[in-house]
Parts: sequence; structure tokens; C-alpha cells
Amino acid sequence: MMDNLYMPYLMRIERITYEAPGVKTFMLKFVNEADQDKFSYKAGQFGEYSVYGVGESTFCIASPPTRKGYIECTFRQTGKVTNALSGCEEGNIIGFRGPYGNVFPIDEWKGKNLLFIAGGIALPPMRCVIWNALDLRDNFKDVTIIYGARTVKDLVYKDELKDWELRKDVKLVTTVDPGGESPDWRGEIGFVPTIVEKIAPSSKDTIAIVCGPPVMIKFTFPVLAKLGFTDESIYTTLENRMKCGFGKCGRCNVGKVFVCKDGPVFTLAQLKELPDEY
Amino acid sequence: MNIDKRLVRKDSLEKLFDILKQNSKTIYAPSSKNGKISFNVAESFSGIVTEYVQTSQSSKDIAFPRTEKILDYSKNKEGMSVKGTDLKNLPEVILWGVRPCDASGIGELSAIFNWDYKDEIYNDRLSRVTVFGFSCNKSDEYCFCTSVGGNPGNTAGSDILFTRLGENGDYLAEILTEKGSLVVSMSPDLFGKAENIDKEKFLAEVPVRFNHEEIRVKLDKFFESKEWIEQSLRCLGCGACAYVCPTCACFDVQDEAHGKSGSRVRCWDSCGLSHFTLHTSGHNPREVQSQRWRQRIMHKFSYMPERLSVYGCTGCGRCSRACPVDMNILEHLISIQEVTL
Repeated sequence: MMDNLYMPYLMRIERITYEAPGVKTFMLKFVNEADQDKFSYKAGQFGEYSVYGVGESTFCIASPPTRKGYIECTFRQTGKVTNALSGCEEGNIIGFRGPYGNVFPIDEWKGKNLLFIAGGIALPPMRCVIWNALDLRDNFKDVTIIYGARTVKDLVYKDELKDWELRKDVKLVTTVDPGGESPDWRGEIGFVPTIVEKIAPSSKDTIAIVCGPPVMIKFTFPVLAKLGFTDESIYTTLENRMKCGFGKCGRCNVGKVFVCKDGPVFTLAQLKELPDEY
Repeated sequence: MNIDKRLVRKDSLEKLFDILKQNSKTIYAPSSKNGKISFNVAESFSGIVTEYVQTSQSSKDIAFPRTEKILDYSKNKEGMSVKGTDLKNLPEVILWGVRPCDASGIGELSAIFNWDYKDEIYNDRLSRVTVFGFSCNKSDEYCFCTSVGGNPGNTAGSDILFTRLGENGDYLAEILTEKGSLVVSMSPDLFGKAENIDKEKFLAEVPVRFNHEEIRVKLDKFFESKEWIEQSLRCLGCGACAYVCPTCACFDVQDEAHGKSGSRVRCWDSCGLSHFTLHTSGHNPREVQSQRWRQRIMHKFSYMPERLSVYGCTGCGRCSRACPVDMNILEHLISIQEVTL
């Protein structure tokens, strides 16, 4: 029997959560239990999600591997496939193949402080790592999350943000761009890099995981450098357009590096070796 | 290793063709259609064209078709049923008349489809193909196989390589693989003894124009060069170069829906097209043509050698012949070699 690399698992949409304008989270369960049993992944990996008859789209797995029996993905309704996904209802069946790509080396981070910095729709790839770390909370020292979006409405995972805010073992800082605040907004106002500079988290024994739009990343790295973070202690996850997810279709490469195979997780030190092609 | 060399008389080729047909092989061979020579199913031996430097299209679609179904789906009351493509009933194929540059391109394609994950759809198709290479006895100004490690009598990728021995029309047949030996065993009396035949003097002359190893080393520091802009100013971004290339394997995955059922297909794509890397957000990591031209050359002459240990170019020259604005890859590679950094 031939092994078809492109064959997706059939997934049932168990629950749909409205996150923000145009942004939804799907909780997906395997239609065939046997698929569920052989499936495993780690924080940082991604997959190809498909609506049959429309096509495939690439997102990270947004739920942590510490929670078994389902996976979640969060996407913004933007293109053809995400529009079709957005039209799906609970109980509908979609395709998923994966997991692909490398992982965040969470095991190596034992005993360290974790600093998560995310902007906009880039919280989902990080949420997988955040919950993974919080589910193994004793393995890490301080956990700090700095999350910003354009407006209060655009913040995703609003319920979980409340959770994190209430937890004593998490320091959460949320911010919105100037003008994006609502009358009852109690968080920070300002762009993410500015807020990072203001909070000035210590770089001692700390791993920084940064994910967001290119402009946020570009201005956050220098702030972290000023705070004493080394290039090796800063992690990010890249995205590039992909079709196969396993190093053949030829479009996600940044120089000689395949985002789908060698990434999507890179340290800043690795990123600095790459040409500006992402 | 000693290669099993045989002599095939001029009139034996037709007999071989008939025997292969009797053994239910489907034979793809170059034939002339609308003024272009391309690989088609050959019904008769007389329809096979022999006087050509190069077919307009490479033979890669035998194992990597332009558009290829990867799965079928249908929606029904119970939910969804999805079936992977079934290649069981594919015919056994003889690919007849392949030039050594196309034959060796199979090695490059196989490297792409088998590094890391193994693409069994490709492998399954290729496993049914027996490659009859035919050495080149003539070349044109676009040919440069000898600059990228090949030659007009290169055996790589062929199961049997035929070399025409001058005007009398007899052939030297080099039996290179098990698949090749299988063909010989179907018709042993057509493959006579060949002693002391030097095929070299019957081959086309293709001068070495540049050194691909030197280019590879140079490209390591060439990413930011202005040369890419210079070279690609007239590029239309049409992607023809990729479509005719024997080693270009970049593809797209698309769905084709027909009511409640349909299929997912894999189809050829090209790094030269502007939407190839376009993100949904509108951001494009390779937003101008010079970046896309750079990707084409870097992929073939730097990334592939480093990651897959093969070059992504066999020197067939098709991209230069096909280019509507006369971009000549040979000239561009030579100028990369000559530019001082």
C-alpha cells in the first residue's frame, strides 16, 4: 500500500470560538480514533488545514501537546481557504495533515524564566507553548506574557487572558496601539516594543519567545538586546507561504533554509545568518 | 564496474519496439506535432523522430505530471469520504529517446522528492518507467551539459543508453540497470556482442563554458549582488523556463470541486511567478522579479548542491530556447562567474 503524504486526517469541528473580528478558533477531533492514537506533536509545529473542494491553508497547532484528544487552530478570515473555514459549522468535517516542522526546545528551558512577547494574530502559535509551559509550571521560574493588538477588540483568547491575569504564577501585560483603547480599558496603551522597554523584564536566566508582525519583531529585537538578551536566548517562529509542508513544493525557503523543515522555530542567532527573504 | 555493452543493428530497433509493445509496454517517444517535437505515446516505430537536438518539453512529466490527482473526496450524508490516488493500474512505460540531460534530470527530481519525506506518488510512477537514453550526436549553441558535470554520452539516469555509431545507423547499447537487463532478456538476440567500440568519437561536441563548482562557491557571497537586477530586467515572470526544465519540481496544491465531490491536485508551479511566495496579508518575501530570478539560480546552483548534493541543472538549455525575451541561462552563468565581487 502506497503511503500518500498528502492524505489528510478527517477532523470533526467540535467547537467554534469567536475570538475577535474575523478570527475564530476551531477545536478539532479526529473522526477515526486510530488516527488519534498514532498522532503526536510538540509545541511549535504546524499543519495543513483543508476545506474539501476549496483547498489547504497553513497554521500552527494552537493547543498544547499536554492536552490530549484534540487539537485547536486559530485563524483570521482573509483568503479563499480561511473564508471557507470561517463558513464551517460545528460538526462539519475538515482535513488536517501534519504535524510538520521543528519545535520549541521546551525541555531545554527547564529552570529558566520565560518571557512571551506576542502581537495580534501571532498569539496562537505562542499559546501552544504558553499552555505547554503552564501545564508543566514547576519546570520554570517566572512566566511573563506581553501581548498587544491594534485595538481591544482585536485581542484574541480574551477568556484565557483573564485566566492568566488572575493567576499568581503568571505576569500578564496587555497593550493596545494608541487609539485602540476602549473607555474601560485597564491595560497598557502603546506599541509592543515600547511596552517591553517600559516593563524592562530581566534577561537573567530568561528565554524570550517573540512572535508578531514583521514590524513588531523588527523593533522588539533591539529592545531585548538592550536588556541584555543574547541572540541565542531569543526564539521566534516564521511563516512563509507553503503548499506541501515537508520540503518539496519549493516556496517557503529563506535562502537555503526551509521554513517548513528547518523551522518554523528559529533563534535570533539563526535568523541573523539568513538572508532577508521572509 | 564493467558496463554490459551490446551492439544493436539498425533494423533491430524496430523489432525491439514491436517486442516491447507485445509485452504490453506503453512506449513514449519523441514525435512531431504542430512543428514541435515532444514525447507522446508511440503507436508505430515509423512515427518516432530521431533527428533532433532536444525535445521542446522535457520528459519529466512521466514521473511528475503537470497536473496530478493526489486524492478524491465526496461529501455524503454520513460525512466525508476521502480516497488517495490509486496508481495500481498505471502502465509499464518505456521512455524512448531521452537525451542524457533529461535522463540525468531524473536523479535531481528523485533527490527533491526523496530527501527527508519520501514522496511515494512520484516513486511509484518512476518505478514503472524504463529509460532508453539516446546519446547526442549533435548539439546547438544553447547546450551546456559539459559545464554542469554531464556530457552528450552521459549514462546517468538511463536504464539503457543507445549511442548511434555513425552513418550506418547501428547502435551501441549500454545496459546500465536491472530494468535495462530485463529489456535485453525479452529479446536477447537483438542485443549482439559489442567489442572495442569507442562511443566518444560519435558524440556531439559540447564545449565547457563555465565551472559549476566555482559558481557554487561564488554564489555563497552573491546574494546581495546587483547582477540579479541587471540580468532580470527583461524577465516577464512567465515561468516558461520552469515548465520546460527537466529538474524544476516546484508545485502547487489545489482543489477542483464538482458539486459534492472533487479532487485535490498537485500541479507544476514556478518560482518565477509573482504570486508564488505571496502571503495572504499581501506581504511578499520575493516581491520583485530580480529576487525571483535570484531564487531560480541560487536554488539550482547553491541550495540544491548544499542540501541535496545534486545540482538543479543538467545543461539542456531548454529555458534559454523557450524564453520569450531571450534570457540565456548560459550567458548569465558565465557573467556570474566573471563578475568581480
